[in-house]
Amino acid sequence: MVFTAEDYWLIALMSILVIASLAMYFIKDLVHAVIVFGAYSLIMVVIWLLLNTPDLAITEAAAGICTTVMMMVVIYRTNRREE
Amino acid sequence: MIKKLLVLLIVLATAWVGLLAIAELPPYGMPDNPVHNQVSERYINDALEETRAMNMVTAIVLDYRAYDTMFETIVLFTAALAVVITLKTDKKELGDGEEEGGR
Amino acid sequence: MRDFILKRVAAVILPFVCVYGFYVIFHGHISAGGSFAGGIIVGLSYIAFSTIYGIKKGRAKMPDKVLTWAESFGTLWYGIMGMVGISRGVPFLANKLAGVDLGVPGALFSGGLIFYIGLGVGIRVASTMITIFFTLMEDDRENAA
Repeated sequence: MVFTAEDYWLIALMSILVIASLAMYFIKDLVHAVIVFGAYSLIMVVIWLLLNTPDLAITEAAAGICTTVMMMVVIYRTNRREE
Repeated sequence: MIKKLLVLLIVLATAWVGLLAIAELPPYGMPDNPVHNQVSERYINDALEETRAMNMVTAIVLDYRAYDTMFETIVLFTAALAVVITLKTDKKELGDGEEEGGR
Repeated sequence: MRDFILKRVAAVILPFVCVYGFYVIFHGHISAGGSFAGGIIVGLSYIAFSTIYGIKKGRAKMPDKVLTWAESFGTLWYGIMGMVGISRGVPFLANKLAGVDLGVPGALFSGGLIFYIGLGVGIRVASTMITIFFTLMEDDRENAA
């Protein structure tokens, strides 16, 4: 199996995805976890661009920001720290 | 402790099965993959002629699969409806509690 | 928030964000993007406005009646566009079969019903986002007391 330069970029970005999703599970402060989720969706946008799907990249950028805002609003209405 | 070890074992076994399934997948982006059947051929060849939309994704989402998109919008409608029903309270109901029967 | 710089910067940027959202909706069948992404961008511009200038000012721009109207009519609009096919004796939501003028590929008004359906879906998504945000942010118990 031969890897090109694009494959190495994809492997690096996807390992950042795995680290970010594990971090979201372990972080106790929910605001920090939501910020990590924003970084996650940003990395996802770059991955969609590398896979030649600009449609999904635009939708992921918009929907990721919107989900982050909604989560922030829910945290504002409830507790900030996980019990 | 034993319970945690058991959970770890189950998670590792599930991951092993999933990785075995991934190893069987055809290579990414090859032209003779099984996903490239007559359906995608029809879309790639005829979508511009049949819908006159430059963006093939929009042509599929809003023309060939318009029925799916219709119920996607209804899912959004249901989501907004659920949030409003759960969280919105009538101001009248809260304002004068003595009045019987509400509404 | 009472930040002066944030308010002035938002006053310059947010109209362009809103217009860009409508651009993405209208050009969904020509360039990348689509009605879902454009609708979310339009909704986000209103959400950012009401976060920065306060909920009450944002509510004044988007009253409950307008939101309810957009919410219901966005779904109904899809059905009306589907009825174009039925009125001409072909299946529901048919586009080319219904004999709609398809236009030239690359023009703004091309693709027949795709343009109009996309406009409805975009308004629908934007109104959903704004409704969920306002419902979550407004505390009814404080308003009623």
